Amino acid sequence: MSVLVLIEHDNKNIKSSSLNTITAAKKIDKSVHAVVLGENCSNVAEQLSKCEDLEEILISDDAIFKNHIAENVSTVIVELSKKYSHILAPSSTFGKNIMPRVAALLDVAQISDIISVQNDNTFIRPIYAGNANLKVQSNDNKKIITVRTTNFEATKINNGKAKITKIEKKENTELSKFVKNELNKSDRPELTSAGIIISGGRGMESGKNFTLLEEIADKLKAAVGASRAAVDAGFVPNDYQVGQTGKVVAPELYIAVGISGAIQHLAGMKDSKIIVAINKDEEAPIFQVADYGIVGDLFKILPELSKEIDKIKT
Amino acid sequence: MKILVPVKRVVDYNVKIKVKSDNSGVDLENVKMSMNPFDEIAIEEAVRLKEKKLCDEIIVISIGSSTSEETLRTALAIGADKGILVETNQEVQPLEVAKILKEIIKKNNPDLVLMGKQAIDDDSNQTGQMLSALLGWAQGTFASKIEIKGKEIDVTREIDGGLETLNMKLPAIVTTDLRLNEPRYASLPNIMKAKQKPIEKIKPEDLNIEIKERLKTLEVTEPPKKEAGIKVESVQELISKLHEKEKII
Repeated sequence: MSVLVLIEHDNKNIKSSSLNTITAAKKIDKSVHAVVLGENCSNVAEQLSKCEDLEEILISDDAIFKNHIAENVSTVIVELSKKYSHILAPSSTFGKNIMPRVAALLDVAQISDIISVQNDNTFIRPIYAGNANLKVQSNDNKKIITVRTTNFEATKINNGKAKITKIEKKENTELSKFVKNELNKSDRPELTSAGIIISGGRGMESGKNFTLLEEIADKLKAAVGASRAAVDAGFVPNDYQVGQTGKVVAPELYIAVGISGAIQHLAGMKDSKIIVAINKDEEAPIFQVADYGIVGDLFKILPELSKEIDKIKT
Repeated sequence: MKILVPVKRVVDYNVKIKVKSDNSGVDLENVKMSMNPFDEIAIEEAVRLKEKKLCDEIIVISIGSSTSEETLRTALAIGADKGILVETNQEVQPLEVAKILKEIIKKNNPDLVLMGKQAIDDDSNQTGQMLSALLGWAQGTFASKIEIKGKEIDVTREIDGGLETLNMKLPAIVTTDLRLNEPRYASLPNIMKAKQKPIEKIKPEDLNIEIKERLKTLEVTEPPKKEAGIKVESVQELISKLHEKEKII
């Protein structure tokens, strides 16, 4: 049987998390299908059809899917599940919201947040904020899986010719209604797909001081993140949060500024390729995972860093 | 309105856990245990609704060994009215937790279930969604704000990229995210009072639930350790490392 990937998108474009999820699916079986549920989302299916790793794309275009309401999406996935051995989605707030519902309706367990595929029934997933890795075998006949996208490469959208099939499946459960969205508008890349991230912690002292990080972020085309302490202190919104309870990231370069390095923060960034730490406390645990550390006052170091970046960029 | 709050006893969030040397699991001997932090947020929210006279009874429930009674007492001290302990020494995985909760809900008929979005031990983030699927109820996950409007509830959710508000019919399941509130500490008089509050004890068999091991643990290992790097003396040195050596900026 084939593997099905539930695609995350904004009705116009595929979210990059879906591309990593397709790669994880491909490690389970060579036959991978994708399903796109949304409104006016044909562009998403067309983009996907160029993906060589996909055989077929199922699309249902209906107003009830516009905002990916879990109750409505999950019933469709359950109906489609008969033809599939595994169903995967990214472990983003999108996938986390929908997939356990699918699993319960099918009376199977969900394997959350996998970082490795061992074979078609055995997977590795982090537990205890990434302080241990659990190798787990599923005894269920169907596997419902969410994928930690930073552990799988993104598949390529190039010369594929996957077939697009329209499906007429919907059931409006009318349990939940969409009221509104308040999305943070920013020209900076998203945290989970950024190549460089600069994050601030409690040491930033205020939300206003994050402009120091933003200035550097813009020069490096980086995303801005934060520790839970900075979010709890009200410096920045929650969706900046990197860590066990926020986003898990693995960029090429992660710059941690004024972040002490609590277990729960390290859980979200320790797989970054190069980690730089700037902290006034030389005993801060963040230095234990940092490739390069500077001990000092971040309010002196950041402006200097900004100037030095200008030098190499000109 | 009646609110049900499930709570889980987990390793305290400040504890650095150790993997057992035979790789069979995580060493929980003599480790400090606490209530899962997201569940504390759920209780706090329920107590605030009670203080606003929007709720008249809060029932807390825990599934686990007899030591979970301590966690229930903590919840009762924060302000819950009565506790239910489903006693078992087996590991109970999220789907079975959801099935047990469903049976408890059928008996107690709450209008709202408030629960943590994830437990910080297995980090599954599944039970609330599973429970709402089994009950055919609406789900509002990762809530940072809730507002009860008669027979409906508005839930503002923390999603990637910002916030989303959904309106849902009650009864519903709401799972809590960090910014929903800041939980209070239980006062000493309330801790004393909590000792007198009722806790009903039952077993999964009393609910006709068989606990299955759907996901079998093959091995628990320590993740590969990252070696500590070097300290640089100046910003210039840092930039030259990142630019010339790593070629990353």
